Amino acid sequence: MRLGFFLREAMRSLRRNAAPSFAALATILLTMLVVGVFIPIVQATTGAANDVRKRVLVDVYMKTDASQVDLDRVRELLTGTPNVKHVEFVSKAQALAQQQKRDPAAFKLLASNPLPDTFRLTPQNPDDVLKIKSTLAPTGAAGGAPVPVDSSIDEVSDKKQDTTKILEVTRFVKLMAATLAALLIAASIFLIANTIRLSLYARRREVEVMKLVGATDWFIRWPFVIEGIVVGALGTLLAVLLLAIGKIAIIDPLANDFALIAAPQTIGFPVLIAVMMAAGIAISAIGSGLSLRRFLRV
Amino acid sequence: MAVTTGRSRQPRRAASAHAPAPAAHAPTAREPRFAGGSAVIEFRGVEKRYDVGAIGLDQATFSVSPGEFVFLVGSTGSGKSTVMRLLIKELEPTAGSIEVAGRELAEITHKRVPYYRRNIGVVFQDFKLLPNRTVYDNVAYALQVTGGSRKDIRAKVPDILRLTGLSTKLHNYPDQLSGGEQQRVAIARAFVNHPPLLLADEPTGNLDPSTSIGIMQLLYRINRTGTTVLVATHDHAMVNKMRRRVIELAKGRIVRDEATGLYTRDESTREFAARLRSDTPEAPEIW
Repeated sequence: MRLGFFLREAMRSLRRNAAPSFAALATILLTMLVVGVFIPIVQATTGAANDVRKRVLVDVYMKTDASQVDLDRVRELLTGTPNVKHVEFVSKAQALAQQQKRDPAAFKLLASNPLPDTFRLTPQNPDDVLKIKSTLAPTGAAGGAPVPVDSSIDEVSDKKQDTTKILEVTRFVKLMAATLAALLIAASIFLIANTIRLSLYARRREVEVMKLVGATDWFIRWPFVIEGIVVGALGTLLAVLLLAIGKIAIIDPLANDFALIAAPQTIGFPVLIAVMMAAGIAISAIGSGLSLRRFLRV
Repeated sequence: MAVTTGRSRQPRRAASAHAPAPAAHAPTAREPRFAGGSAVIEFRGVEKRYDVGAIGLDQATFSVSPGEFVFLVGSTGSGKSTVMRLLIKELEPTAGSIEVAGRELAEITHKRVPYYRRNIGVVFQDFKLLPNRTVYDNVAYALQVTGGSRKDIRAKVPDILRLTGLSTKLHNYPDQLSGGEQQRVAIARAFVNHPPLLLADEPTGNLDPSTSIGIMQLLYRINRTGTTVLVATHDHAMVNKMRRRVIELAKGRIVRDEATGLYTRDESTREFAARLRSDTPEAPEIW
């Protein structure tokens, strides 16, 4: 009985206040549309950045005359080095095979295999690369060239220039994405709060009268909250529909051509819908309930 | 009095001097009348100062007995509305105590205020109807607030609207009604719960004289069911004709409390209206 009454009240005020209700609906629709577009974009960007960062490796080149004993000893040493997550061994033959695949013509000219045995180290965190390098090949006392910790290691390479560039660029991209997301969320909340406040302000007299007749705060509040839920749900639903159309018409055909769009880290569409629905409904329901507080003090 | 037929139609109450039993006309069983206490309203040294320094009410002391019809008069800013707003606990007094039906208002917590207000009918100069509800729904809202069942509402609302003469306007919205009709809706809403106390703040302030008489007549009819009625107004002519108790305020002070006894207690609504319409007040000019 009570719930039915509140539902009918909410529907009545939606019908009788069509213009403000429509404004609130449009606000939620736009906000959710923007959020729905930006969540995957931010995620794809961050995902791509992380992907690039994963390519940051430390290569440890062995001397060409290193024996199996040397190899075992060095492997032991590398595995025990702090910040190293994973050690991969690429033998001379494997390295040659890889290179030949990339550039068959050039390697045909070579009679012997010039490539050394290589240990490929994956750091725990891409930012640790330089630390690993200085552990394995501390700079000489006189400030000269770095000297490897083991005599059978020829060189420790962190592809310094590449690494620094990758780290810098990806850090910037991630920061931008995070800032954008934060700004967007703040803007959405302000926009929705403002719209709710406006539509409630137009009805503050109504709330005042209800209080004078002896309505309790929650008796007044429930219809407003339900109204918020309905508007939030409708707005989000429309946004989801538009997004789905956009996805099917534009994104899906392009997915094969652009790695960024196909990035596997991107949120799944059903999950995205669920998140948007929850956010849209919760924000407008809580927003309506909270904004009412000011007018309930009669 | 020329008209006497009205007496036989109206159920007569035993004419006790000034305080007829409020239970004479049985209210709904669910909504008990204020119990006990000799006075419905009791102001003791009430003072209200607004934040800006203005004085709303200054050492006001008076009491209203059950079943009384009391006018609160005074020019604008004299504190009439302050009294009303204090009574519905929209404002808190700066000093002094207010009792309604033996209940100290200061002791009612913020949470209990809505329940307290259900025992008081309030009528305002600007009607304060809900604009997006029909006449019927406006009155029904007062019952829905108290958790009244649909059956209850269907029984009571048409009844009270018939009493206030609005039977043909059930499904009109407030903006389709005249001022007098809107005020009748407001009174119907205030009285549908049969509250023991009805407050009216300038109920005829926006209305022309003949409509005002109709509204006063309605308030009088409500008073005759045993409800205590307190009317704030600055319509001197009306007050003179009505010949009821008058409390006059000036700058927040009570400057006159023309007590009971000046008027005849039992008078049919029709006689009452006839007297109001006559141009020459039958009572000696008391201003």
